[in-house]
Amino acid sequence: MFGHSSRSRVALAGALSVGLAFSLTACGDSDSDSSSGDDNKAAAIDCAPYAAFGDIKGKTVTIYTGIVTPEDTPHKESYKPFEDCTGATIKYEGDKAFETQILVRAKAGNPPDLAFVPQPGLLQQLVATGKAVEAPAETAANVDKFFGEDWKAYGTVDGKFYAAPLGANVKSLVWYSPTEFKDKGYTVPTTLDELKALSDKIVADGGKPWCAGIASGEATGWPLTDWMEDFMLRLSGPETYDKWVKHEIAFNGPESTAALEAVGSYLKNDAYVNGGLGDVKSIASTTFQDAGLPILEGSCSLHRQASFYAANFPTDTKVAEDGDIYAFYLPSKDTTSKPVLGGGEFVLSFADRPEVKAFQTYLSSDVWANTKAKVSSGWVSANNGLKVENLTNPIDKLSAEILQDPNATFRFDGSDMMPAAVGSNAFWKQTTNWITGQDTKTTVDNIESAWPK
Amino acid sequence: MFTTASTASDKLLQMFAAILLFAAVVGVILFIAGRFTGKRDPLVAYLYLTPVIIMLSVGLLYPGLRTIYESFFDAAGNTFIGIDNYTTIIGDAEQRTVLRNTAFWVLLTPFLATGVGLLYAILVDKARVESFAKALIFLPMSISFVAASVIWKFMYEYRPDQGNVKQIGLINQIIVWLGGKPVQLLIESPLNTFLLILVMIWIQAGFAMTVLSAAIKAIPDDIVEAARLDGVTPWGMFRFVTLPAIRPAVVVVLTTIAIGTLKVFDIVQTMTGGRFDTSVIANEFYSQSFRSANQGLGAALAVVLFILVIPIVVYNIRQLRRSEA
Repeated sequence: MFGHSSRSRVALAGALSVGLAFSLTACGDSDSDSSSGDDNKAAAIDCAPYAAFGDIKGKTVTIYTGIVTPEDTPHKESYKPFEDCTGATIKYEGDKAFETQILVRAKAGNPPDLAFVPQPGLLQQLVATGKAVEAPAETAANVDKFFGEDWKAYGTVDGKFYAAPLGANVKSLVWYSPTEFKDKGYTVPTTLDELKALSDKIVADGGKPWCAGIASGEATGWPLTDWMEDFMLRLSGPETYDKWVKHEIAFNGPESTAALEAVGSYLKNDAYVNGGLGDVKSIASTTFQDAGLPILEGSCSLHRQASFYAANFPTDTKVAEDGDIYAFYLPSKDTTSKPVLGGGEFVLSFADRPEVKAFQTYLSSDVWANTKAKVSSGWVSANNGLKVENLTNPIDKLSAEILQDPNATFRFDGSDMMPAAVGSNAFWKQTTNWITGQDTKTTVDNIESAWPK
Repeated sequence: MFTTASTASDKLLQMFAAILLFAAVVGVILFIAGRFTGKRDPLVAYLYLTPVIIMLSVGLLYPGLRTIYESFFDAAGNTFIGIDNYTTIIGDAEQRTVLRNTAFWVLLTPFLATGVGLLYAILVDKARVESFAKALIFLPMSISFVAASVIWKFMYEYRPDQGNVKQIGLINQIIVWLGGKPVQLLIESPLNTFLLILVMIWIQAGFAMTVLSAAIKAIPDDIVEAARLDGVTPWGMFRFVTLPAIRPAVVVVLTTIAIGTLKVFDIVQTMTGGRFDTSVIANEFYSQSFRSANQGLGAALAVVLFILVIPIVVYNIRQLRRSEA
């Protein structure tokens, strides 16, 4: 398309310079400024804690995260009080490919100021790149004050505290229909035995108690890992669970086998599953998004899934204790212990600048947690300073109550902390094979042998 | 400046900048080449070749050699472990299933797709609605693999045989109409692999048909007429006239589809994610490298794929040369 005449050469040179100008503009214009507009719902806050970091007016803090539309809007909203206080600007960048990209960016020496890391395993990998910076003392003080020891430990690598917890989710939940429970006289179970008795009662009444689904493209199988972790925590306790996650006890040991068999007594029981969806095998082909919906049609009664599942019900569904759908805490062996399986994000810093430290401190405070709670729905934090009444939806309130319960012991989703070869491959794959017919022993043996030597 | 575009307008601007940069490089090369006026100056030839050689070395040769090198290292890419990754591919039961599935794909897809395409091309040749009939079978070719997979996923969809639950997948609905029970089509192994292969055949048959139909039309009329005068049967016409005449085209179609099939990834990834024993080498390479964080095994699988493709490529080029000579 380019001729040899000198005229086209001139045109080309012109085009080239325009191109350079464009790319320069791209550099200058690329911040999605979140401080615009005065219609912020977030109320003003006490600015004193951030004055200690000096004058940071006009400075910018960049954030990189996997939290994208629509959940990013309440995040940006909740930063406004900080921006109003300090005059600093927070530049928010959401990216669905965060989990693979953040490692690439850290290794390439192009990390953001702050990253919201959703897995302790990834956090350790990022710290191992040598680019991460320890959390400032002010942030650490906030975390000591507002979060439990268990949460602080997940943000700590090799004895050094790096990352404060941000959001949280609770996975130990069972969804049910309060209307159905009321009509049929069922009560919310408080121990595992009662859960079993309830399931049997539903069978006796002619129903299929449970519905489940694990299909999720190449991640097919992950809901089963949550099931197994929940039973590992309940049958063997948090200390054994920690050893199991760190591979200090074998994956094909008696504890593991017992946990998977307990899951099997529900999910591989033809009398219990799969209400409205088929037989046991149909668990493998039902997407996790669809798996709980039969509760609404009355073709199943119970569905174990995390707090975020609330978003999968049709918008006109009333999710409340007296509504169409609600959840109860997946009970423990007895009422004396309360293990909670869940997940969350951690704020990891890559920059040693005062404005970044000030913002980290803001995010770890009770002030931010309450500000965030007021502007969002479907969000909760393990921050003890979070006032439950500030949360807007019933499931968030339930999750916050579970997280803040002094008897509760929180444990992070184990498959997120195991090596990738297990946690995001063999564990998913083998439990999927297990649901389609493979026996328990072969399953745990195969996962054990996939553990990197 | 090319790393952190967050908004759509930034991305567009970067795209334009990249296109202009490319145009500028081409322009500079043309400009320099234009300085040489000599018609057969070898310098000009080298000048034109330079960008290609640089691009190939940076984009193909170096990564290729690097992949072979990394295939001898462990999961993290730190420790040399010799040929352990290759013994895993041959020895591990799961990896053997991957090899078995790849064999099914490569043995079935090219022949069936070419066969269907050839049969169709002969049947519609000189028919009244030829172009319309051809368009029908060529359409799947214009759909992306992912879209085709999503369509076929619905075809295979399963709903239980329970109360008033209705089937939404065509295949299972037909089974129910015929009085059977719905089948979990994508879960039953090895049936599921053959059902995935069917999708590839559905896509590739159009390509085979188009190329072969053109080749059939290029057969000189006098040969066909001479055969007719000799009283050839339709089968004899196909076996002794048509097929020998279009042989080079058949070989090109077969090998092209075989190479594409060896590298198949999208269909498996979209329809089953490689679960239920349907994984193939390209899919396993991806899942080992990026999901399982096993760089070494991923690289070794890529090398195996490369080794399997080479003979087909060599055969393809030889046939092309022979037909040109």
